[in-house]
Amino acid sequence: MNHRFLVAAGGLIVLIAGLLLPTMPAAGQATSAAAKTNGTPAKPYTPPRTPDGQPDLQGFWTNTTYTPLERPKDVNKEFFTQEEALELIKKAADIEGEQTEPGTILDVHYDFTQFGLDRSQGGFALNLRTSMIVDPPGGRIPPMTPEGQKRAAERAEARKRMGAATDAVQNQSLSVRCILMDRDGPPMLAGAYNNNYQFVQVPGYVMILVEMLHDVRIIPLDGRPQMPQNIRQMMGSSRGRWEGNTLVIETTNFTDKTAFQGASEKMRLTERFTRVAEDTMRYQFTVDDPATWAKPWTAETPWKKTIGPIFEHACHEGNYGLYNTLAGARVEDKKAAEGANKPSK
Amino acid sequence: MAEMVLLLEAVMHRDIYQMRNRSRGSTIVPVAMAAVLWLSVTAAGGQTPAYRAPRSADGKPNLNGIWQALNEASWDIEGHAAAPGIVTALGAAAAVPPGMGVVEGGPIPYQPAAAARKKENFEKRLTLDPEIKCYLPGVPRATYMPFPFQIIQTQKYIMMVHTFARAVRTIYMDDHKEAPADSWMGWSNGHWEGETLVVDTTGFNDQTWFDRAGNFHSDALHVVERFTATDPDHLLYEATIEDPKVFTRPWKMSMPIYRRVDKSAQIMDFRCVEFVEDLIYGHLRKQPGK
Repeated sequence: MNHRFLVAAGGLIVLIAGLLLPTMPAAGQATSAAAKTNGTPAKPYTPPRTPDGQPDLQGFWTNTTYTPLERPKDVNKEFFTQEEALELIKKAADIEGEQTEPGTILDVHYDFTQFGLDRSQGGFALNLRTSMIVDPPGGRIPPMTPEGQKRAAERAEARKRMGAATDAVQNQSLSVRCILMDRDGPPMLAGAYNNNYQFVQVPGYVMILVEMLHDVRIIPLDGRPQMPQNIRQMMGSSRGRWEGNTLVIETTNFTDKTAFQGASEKMRLTERFTRVAEDTMRYQFTVDDPATWAKPWTAETPWKKTIGPIFEHACHEGNYGLYNTLAGARVEDKKAAEGANKPSK
Repeated sequence: MAEMVLLLEAVMHRDIYQMRNRSRGSTIVPVAMAAVLWLSVTAAGGQTPAYRAPRSADGKPNLNGIWQALNEASWDIEGHAAAPGIVTALGAAAAVPPGMGVVEGGPIPYQPAAAARKKENFEKRLTLDPEIKCYLPGVPRATYMPFPFQIIQTQKYIMMVHTFARAVRTIYMDDHKEAPADSWMGWSNGHWEGETLVVDTTGFNDQTWFDRAGNFHSDALHVVERFTATDPDHLLYEATIEDPKVFTRPWKMSMPIYRRVDKSAQIMDFRCVEFVEDLIYGHLRKQPGK
């Protein structure tokens, strides 16, 4: 595929975005209506039931979105109009398309118009919210407590002591190392691509297959206690229950390696999945971490039904990018050392 | 309705157990019943006890649960004596436990060149075994590694979620497709044959092994697995291996798989990438003063 085509395709995705989005007003309306009436849709949707009587969330879902977690500083309202939202998505899709502009440094990356990497190609739930955060009403993460700020400063210091990102593999992010995508948390947020999930339900369990890194969350529903405090896992210990039609997942026992938005490992996360329409699920989460924020804060974003199957994403097995990044840095080190040893003219 | 079905299941199970017990007696009726039992055993393939598993909602044998193999196949699927490990510092802790093997009918039928490659794999296993690098283990290896895995079974999809490397398989039960591309865990289509879940897997790459002894395959690998409950807590696992690039004929392995009956059993996080980073990338660490 040549560059000329890439640019043409870049225009195409905007066209596709324009074609896809107006076909989904129901999702957007459901979401905004739900929000405006404090969490209850105007016409409550009753999801089908699994054979054992659970509300049926099964199937493939995407949480792709252009809605930021925090409200942009120049926006002072809770909702955009549909026209404003579509315009913003078009702009964002344009910027994504430009990532492959020939002759720029950004050219040396994925072709975002191929393989569904560009977010707008796959279809997603239109969200009129200006931020995912709904509480506090300002749409932004509340200020950290002094303890939280101190920890953030200490982490930043520790990070500095580790040296440059290319000095050692451990200095790279968990995402780059294919250990855990930061945005998969939990909480489960979207990134630029691979935002697909499969829900499978059996008596006693909900399983969520995460496309990114083939992560799997198996959530027991039998009321068992969380894992003992001394067992910490990056994705924590998750236990689920049904509250009416809502799947509620409580997660604790985190490590300090993921540190969602600066949280401590004592973070207690509550996620709520509610199917609000045949093709739309509301995902809400509340972050409760008194060691970092004085009060819990809550966000919500719609997920949309999509099509499967989900193919294996063997990230670590093909992580040549990480290897080459580190190897390249060592070549640069060697060059720099040789340069320093040369007598100056 | 569901309760009735369950009740019926319970009655049938009891009947089978009673039949078994009575068949040890010497009266004519129990002998006749034993004959019926024997016939059903034979019909199921000669080894499978005539056990009828509890049913899931769609009327199929319910294989949901957390399972684990309990044997030495992970070290070497063929019979082998105990042997020292390859890392001296680990001493007896990493020695090879002896095992009678899980391969049926003699040695694995390697083609001559493949036999040489297997030998080389074994000799260089410290650097070549993909398990060491936390790579996805492939099939059937994932099934008998010394870690639990969970079967999550619905009518359309049966998920097998493994502890090691968080390897996951999706078995497509009603939407059979050809593999869209090669992968580590392959592309699995499944169907039921009576009491048996049959899984047909292709679309493998040539990167995975069968064990730590260097037994291997090519990207032409075709695995047909059969999962049959033999009682409430055991599955008979059979895997037929076909790979015309590596073997002279199809061959088969079989073993029991055990239900993890401990109440607290769960698939825990074994995010091993983190454990192998110094091994894979350690030599690329910036050296002090450079």
